Amino acid sequence: MSGKYEVVIGLEVHAELKTKTKIFCSCPTTFGGEPNTHVCPICLGLPGTLPVFNKKVLEYAVKAGLALNCKINTYSKFDRKNYYYPDLSKNFQTSQYDLPIAKDGYLDLEVEGRTKRVRINRVHMEEDAGKLVHSGSTISSSSSSLVDYNRAGVPLIEIVSEPDISSPEEARAYMELLKSVLEYTEVSDCKMEEGSLRCDANISIRPEGSTKLGTKTEIKNMNSFRALQKALEYEIQRQIQIVEDGGTIVQETRSWDEIQGITVSMRSKEEAHDYRYFPEPDLAPIIIDEKWLEKIRASIPELPQVRKKRLMENLGLSAYDAGVITSSRQLADFFDATVKEYGGDAKIVANWVMGELLRLLNASDQSITNSPIQPKALADLLKLVDKGTISGKIAKQVFEEMFTSGKSADTIVKEKGLVQISDEGVILSIVEKVIDANPQSVEDYKNGKEKAIGFLVGQVMRETKGKANPGLVNKLLKEKLAKL
Amino acid sequence: MQLFEKTAHELRDLLLKKEISAVELTRHFIERIQDVEQDVHAFVTITEEKALEKAKEVDAQIARGEKISPLAGIPMGLKDNISTAGIRTTCSSKMLENYVPPFDATVVEKLETAGAALLGKQNMDEFAMGSSTETSYFGPTRNPWDLSTVPGGSSGGPAAAVAAGEVVYALGSDTGGSIRQPASFCGVVGLKPTYGLVSRYGLLAYASSLDQIGPFTKDVTDCALVLQQIAGHDLKDSTSVPKEVPNYLEALKKDVKGLKIGVPKEYFAAGLDPEVEETIKAAIKKYEELGAVVEEISMPHTMYALPAYYIIGPAECSSNLARYDGVRYGYRSRDAEDVVSMFIKTRSEGFGTEVKRRIMLGTYALSSGYYDAYYLKALKVRTLIKQDFDQAFTKYDVLLTPTTTSVAFKFGEKIDDPLAMYLNDIYTVTVNLAGLPAISIPCGFSRGLPIGLQLISKPFAESTLLSAAYAFESSTDYHQARPQLGGK
Repeated sequence: MSGKYEVVIGLEVHAELKTKTKIFCSCPTTFGGEPNTHVCPICLGLPGTLPVFNKKVLEYAVKAGLALNCKINTYSKFDRKNYYYPDLSKNFQTSQYDLPIAKDGYLDLEVEGRTKRVRINRVHMEEDAGKLVHSGSTISSSSSSLVDYNRAGVPLIEIVSEPDISSPEEARAYMELLKSVLEYTEVSDCKMEEGSLRCDANISIRPEGSTKLGTKTEIKNMNSFRALQKALEYEIQRQIQIVEDGGTIVQETRSWDEIQGITVSMRSKEEAHDYRYFPEPDLAPIIIDEKWLEKIRASIPELPQVRKKRLMENLGLSAYDAGVITSSRQLADFFDATVKEYGGDAKIVANWVMGELLRLLNASDQSITNSPIQPKALADLLKLVDKGTISGKIAKQVFEEMFTSGKSADTIVKEKGLVQISDEGVILSIVEKVIDANPQSVEDYKNGKEKAIGFLVGQVMRETKGKANPGLVNKLLKEKLAKL
Repeated sequence: MQLFEKTAHELRDLLLKKEISAVELTRHFIERIQDVEQDVHAFVTITEEKALEKAKEVDAQIARGEKISPLAGIPMGLKDNISTAGIRTTCSSKMLENYVPPFDATVVEKLETAGAALLGKQNMDEFAMGSSTETSYFGPTRNPWDLSTVPGGSSGGPAAAVAAGEVVYALGSDTGGSIRQPASFCGVVGLKPTYGLVSRYGLLAYASSLDQIGPFTKDVTDCALVLQQIAGHDLKDSTSVPKEVPNYLEALKKDVKGLKIGVPKEYFAAGLDPEVEETIKAAIKKYEELGAVVEEISMPHTMYALPAYYIIGPAECSSNLARYDGVRYGYRSRDAEDVVSMFIKTRSEGFGTEVKRRIMLGTYALSSGYYDAYYLKALKVRTLIKQDFDQAFTKYDVLLTPTTTSVAFKFGEKIDDPLAMYLNDIYTVTVNLAGLPAISIPCGFSRGLPIGLQLISKPFAESTLLSAAYAFESSTDYHQARPQLGGK
């Protein structure tokens, strides 16, 4: 059914900047905290207060703009966006209207092996609003609502894409890449679950080949990558259904209902606000000095796509592995540091990082930044394997022990007596014992069942508690069986 | 001369000579307020205990032989749109009738440090919108020269209180003439400083790009003294200018010989009261006698200033006053059913007619489809007016005009005719649009009511302005006239 239609999607993404203080006052931006404790007369909008622009916000916004391949407006200004809502302490939001800090950028996505360029219309700075808690489900159906202004005045950038996105998968890929770019430049924590990265989508459909845009709807309240994809998939089907049934799509704002898995109407175009933007008279225009701009440009780190390419071309990683490792700057930094310490095959490091390390981190709900195993410790473990001190199997056991105890691989191997047995005499006597005890398997092997040797190897390893050098075990078993 | 009729610099001499203590001085003014306040009604809130407390501190400092600031122990007042920690700040509105701010405006901090004895918060047109104080929720202030006339506005309370001797000086705010017009009507000195010279932090905004705090005093010397205390860069106000503050008292010594004064003919057009015109012409003559060079000039865009002001001011006000919604502080309607009706009822009940009129004007002017025709056009006019002044100041040091078209008018005369009321600002709004400093000084009387002379100068040329004003004052005695009020 959807083959007959083209999908047109544009995303508006809000990212909280991780400055220490708010955009126009010196209150902390820390998430959480008792309601209305990170507030002052300025972010509460008390009469007579004035905003003072936090220069760190400018630095972060410019950094994000540059990382998103934008042009920076060297003359920019703030404007007031006027609308009434109780989470806004002044009933206007200080934002940017016709002269945003950055414009005309793009991101190149990789979707299903193709490269797709999504243009970015603009990046602008603005203040966040407070948070409402209603006694009922919505503000109009509640008998009372509470307001927490801790978040009011936290700096945001809004990143507006052109309607270049043609599927929910692309939308998700765009969001994921955008998130990693913002993380790499260290301007935002991008925690969707804490609301420090939020996304609204404009979406419409049109008959394939048509150049005229269909009527769009705006989808809000998608709080994860998965939700974004699901909501857009649902909305496409909803719009197609309406058109197929001979109906017309209403221009409106819809909210994603995660539990029911549907979008529901919030307000129609007729109720849309006239924001009455005008230049913020309490703040001076922002004039950017070329020298300062160059300094910021120079501070932009290697970005995820460049890094991914480097891992593939220089270290021989597969596209998939390089993609996973570069999805987070911290993970990629960990990987690079381990490779450097280790000096061996980077693919082995990639397997360990993506396998054991991420598994244990996820299981214990920890992040890479506070991993109990640091790059040097992992590299030391890998070196023990290379030297033959321990087997690869034992290494996994040691790794878990390192993760929980924080001890070095060396200490654990010594304490637990895990050094690999490579003494041929010792292994041979165990091999003989195993052959004697398992005549059926020996018989099977001799009758051409090659697999039977695996069982015998397993028995030797069991006898040695896994410490026997597996290569030696294999070699000695084969020799012995051949002689029988 | 009674103590309450004296200037700050005269009273300071008495304090230093220990002829009177600061506490005695404050008590004297409290008595004066008791005597005349029922006639004048200049105050919204009287803070005599706070003033006495400060006076005690100052007396202790004097007793210890410490150096005290020029305004230490001098009783003063503040327009009720200047934020004071722990003292309600109402903007003379029902909306903020019980609003007590948790912080002081920067000017209040500065005066506090200077030892000022705050006697109270003074009446004004609601949210500084009006030219007569008749829009105050707490009732109008009366002109001490004639209780049947208005004191002007919006800073009518501070102007009347200084004229009536209830305080020695006061601070007001000027968005389109709100210091100079009441100063003119009440026969006192009123200065609107350059935009950015005095911090606006803590001034409850009417129109942010036009508002500026300034002093009301009995003479030019006091004006220089108060300005010295409140001027200067403030990190809390991004529109305040980082510039060194000159010594204004020193500047007074400069005479006006060779000073080039331009007199814009557009300020003498139809609508100007003949007696006011005659008085201003006499003042021009006085300047010539003093050695100034006076020439008539033309400022062709003057006539567009008033309409531009009544777009830009209301536009900014419609946004600045949006925060008064009943959610966090101030008045909240009791019978709201939901959030929207709470907004609507709170604002319908909490604001007076003139405030609502300007919010509607401004909302309209900023609305999509009208923005270009009104707001953008007004900004262009503003640029042209600035250019008129820039042009004039290439040739002249100071411009001289009447402050108002007439002397104080009667209560009720204009309150039902907004356009007639708005015309009060015709000679003063240009200065705000261009961000310039201007002073109004007493220059004569008509039918027993004071007339004001306005001097305008380049940005940050307050020294020039004050010296020109002082030269006139020194050769005349209008500034020594005091109204006769009941009681004493």
